Amino acid sequence: MASLPAPAPAPAPASADAGSIAGLAERLRKAVGVGRVLTDHAQLRTYECDGLTNFRVTPAVVVLAESRQHVIDTVRLCAKAGVPFVARGSGTGLSGGALPVAEGVLLVLSRMRALRPVDPDNARVVVEPGVINLWVTRDASPHDLAYAPDPSSQLVCSIGGNVAENAGGAHCLKYGFTVNHVLGAEVVLPDGSVVHLGGTAPEHPGYDLLGAFIGSEGTLGVATSLTLRLVRVPEAVQTMLVGFHSVEDAGGTVSDIIAAGIVPAAIEMMDALAIEAAEAAVHCGYPAGAVAVLVIELDGPQVEVDAQFAQVERIALARSAFETRIAQDAAERALMWKGRKSAFAAVGRISPAYFVQDGVIPRTQLPQVLSEIGRMADAAGLRVANVFHAGDGNLHPLVLFDDAVEGQAHDAEELAGAILDLCISSGGSITGEHGVGAEKRTKMAVQFTPEDLDTMQLVRCAFDPDGIANPGKIFPTPRLCGERPGPRTGEHPVQAAGLGEVF
Amino acid sequence: MTAAVLDRRLGTADDAVAGVVPTEVVRPSGAQEVAEVLRQAQRDGRTALAAGGRTKTGWAPPPSSADVLIDTTGLDRLVEHTAGDLVVVAEAGLRLAALQQRLGAAGQWLALDPPEQGATLGGVVSANASGPRRLRYGTVRDLLIGITVVLADGTVAAAGGKVVKNVAGYDLGKLYTGAHGSLGVVVSTTWRLHPLPAARRVVVLDLADPLDAGPLAVRMARSTLTPSAVELHATTGGSGALVMVFEAILESVRAQADAAVALLGGGHQGDNLPDQFGKRPGGDGDLVLRLAFAPAALPAVLAALPEGTAVTASACTGVAYAALPAEHAAALPALRTALAPHDGTAVVLSAPPALRDRLDHWGPVGDALGLMRRVKDRFDPDGRLAPGRFVGGM
Repeated sequence: MASLPAPAPAPAPASADAGSIAGLAERLRKAVGVGRVLTDHAQLRTYECDGLTNFRVTPAVVVLAESRQHVIDTVRLCAKAGVPFVARGSGTGLSGGALPVAEGVLLVLSRMRALRPVDPDNARVVVEPGVINLWVTRDASPHDLAYAPDPSSQLVCSIGGNVAENAGGAHCLKYGFTVNHVLGAEVVLPDGSVVHLGGTAPEHPGYDLLGAFIGSEGTLGVATSLTLRLVRVPEAVQTMLVGFHSVEDAGGTVSDIIAAGIVPAAIEMMDALAIEAAEAAVHCGYPAGAVAVLVIELDGPQVEVDAQFAQVERIALARSAFETRIAQDAAERALMWKGRKSAFAAVGRISPAYFVQDGVIPRTQLPQVLSEIGRMADAAGLRVANVFHAGDGNLHPLVLFDDAVEGQAHDAEELAGAILDLCISSGGSITGEHGVGAEKRTKMAVQFTPEDLDTMQLVRCAFDPDGIANPGKIFPTPRLCGERPGPRTGEHPVQAAGLGEVF
Repeated sequence: MTAAVLDRRLGTADDAVAGVVPTEVVRPSGAQEVAEVLRQAQRDGRTALAAGGRTKTGWAPPPSSADVLIDTTGLDRLVEHTAGDLVVVAEAGLRLAALQQRLGAAGQWLALDPPEQGATLGGVVSANASGPRRLRYGTVRDLLIGITVVLADGTVAAAGGKVVKNVAGYDLGKLYTGAHGSLGVVVSTTWRLHPLPAARRVVVLDLADPLDAGPLAVRMARSTLTPSAVELHATTGGSGALVMVFEAILESVRAQADAAVALLGGGHQGDNLPDQFGKRPGGDGDLVLRLAFAPAALPAVLAALPEGTAVTASACTGVAYAALPAEHAAALPALRTALAPHDGTAVVLSAPPALRDRLDHWGPVGDALGLMRRVKDRFDPDGRLAPGRFVGGM
């Protein structure tokens, strides 16, 4: 992928000069063990980016934590030295949420991989943050239980990272997101103190700080243990793949299914370019000549799935579906999903380089937004492959470009940004599941008013008054917590002009 | 900004919040008026608290001061309902029942069913009220996708948005949920909706011993059945009934009700909900508690309650409401101790006035109390919002 300029570095605390970093590394070695602290430049470079590879920063120190005590010791020493730290799981994030800070510590949690035994009667399991998403369902399945959030990267991504980003996945239309499935967390706050948020019970007196922590992208602390809620594996699962000659028909089918009162487990959509890429990469056998395909999955009691499945088939036919395939067994279902889940990587087969975008629109805006994206791509002279979680309006446009062509990376980046502006003006959001991270923080000022952002900063300042936990992420302008914005009067000018979103 | 003359009057005994009569009552008609009221309160150093339908004012301890009561029922507009998106935006003073009526016309509903009649959306959020269908649909935290609040200094701030899937910025809706107005006044809410189910079937299983509900609820939870609610009605030391509600398409609810009878070894089927379904137990003279605990601990929780306690439990979720005769109020600390091994807590929802002021309303909060104070201090540095009503005396 193309190399683009990294974002402006976060302001490092005044005390974080090279000398104090060297001293900190020494203290870290004493606390967590020599072999777990890296300062060799070649070793550090392994960690210079996460899944968003066009942003790279080499951290000053890497700590490979193997226990909660290592995390506590590391955070305490960082706090004492006033040195920022960034937590990292598997490093699969797509918004640069785990992008290191140059004069800071990267706290790697991928060695903390213990799962406690599943508690089947309470449908709970307690795991460490480095545990891989799919391992949870692996351990739960002997009890006919599963962990519902299933990001496409679930073979490699970690629960700690899922919590930081409030990860979704294909099935969150019906089952919700990470925040709906994490009930408790042990968190090391940025001053090194430890708190327990939530627990095994469904609610607790006091603020829902767990709800605020999940999705805070590592800016409020580091989770060392997580209590997950498991769901019963449904009696029946049925998956169908439907081919259409137009994107409008596919989009209309999605709307009609929702209007019929059906809540599918998943409805995924891919357009012609995404289908071409998936075919080239994994030979998933999608219907030839399809301009759009839907992967629709229903689950639940057998009689309900059977009845609604027939209804969905009728709806698709009424929208001129030209081919409908029904997975006869788990292997066929897996193949249908393989095309979808491998779509991002597959685009590499049809383009030298690409940007993955993540935006959300109200589902009813889908046809207009897709034609507008097409128009914008034509105007830019670029191709955009569309893959999305159609049921909840979560678009993943893949902007294709050739990094060997002068200026094309820049044009592609501009187009990817313009698509986000389109999402916002359509009443949506700049991110549905990848997070804001380092990549989209300037767009936060478009989606939210200064008052909204200042209010979010109040939470940040309560958890991390010194601003050392993952600084430079989410917020467009770093703010010191001592500052308090003065009382404001009247409407924000953007709202007053009728341009802003009030709600 | 020049607003129309604000609706204000002196507080009366009818306005009392947990027994405390506010000095003044204002009834703003929009978010900007709420902001003006709070800015003025800040200038004057006065305390403020909000109330909507006033159905749950006893769910938090009495305020230590109540200069201005903000009556939110003037903010009662349904701002936007896009049926195809299954999303609604509504002001906080709109009553839940009125919203449900409007949504029902489109075959949809907001999947929250707290029993308090006349409750507003803002009150449901601030008190985190839920009902029996939380088993299927979750609670406020699972359905609220956007929120606008006015902070103590009059700042109007939004978080979330109008799309269900959205991870941009901190999810402040979670923070205001169950905060009892201690962080700001909720003025608008945005929700994800669900389609109204086409059919219902109810199975009622009488229990000679309520403790049997525990293993039966676990058996139900571990089955592939998808009830909307599994509710236990019982009196400790007496008998009880387990009510299972199936709501889906007709073929499904019939098949599931039959399967439930087979799974549990009995039960009567019908189409109607029992009268007491979803209601909180107890009356004016009782100490009514909300208990939350690890779901499988239901038998241990029932066993820890004094004999003669009326209980309504969302049996598969780990939430129960218990009405203790007032003479058993002294048992509250021991009950909390007994719940603790099950991650259990007991919060007071209502108590006779003589008892109310002497009770530890919230019980132990755990090691995050200091962090909660830091959050409160950032949002309301002068402690002027609903003072004394939240955990730790905040």
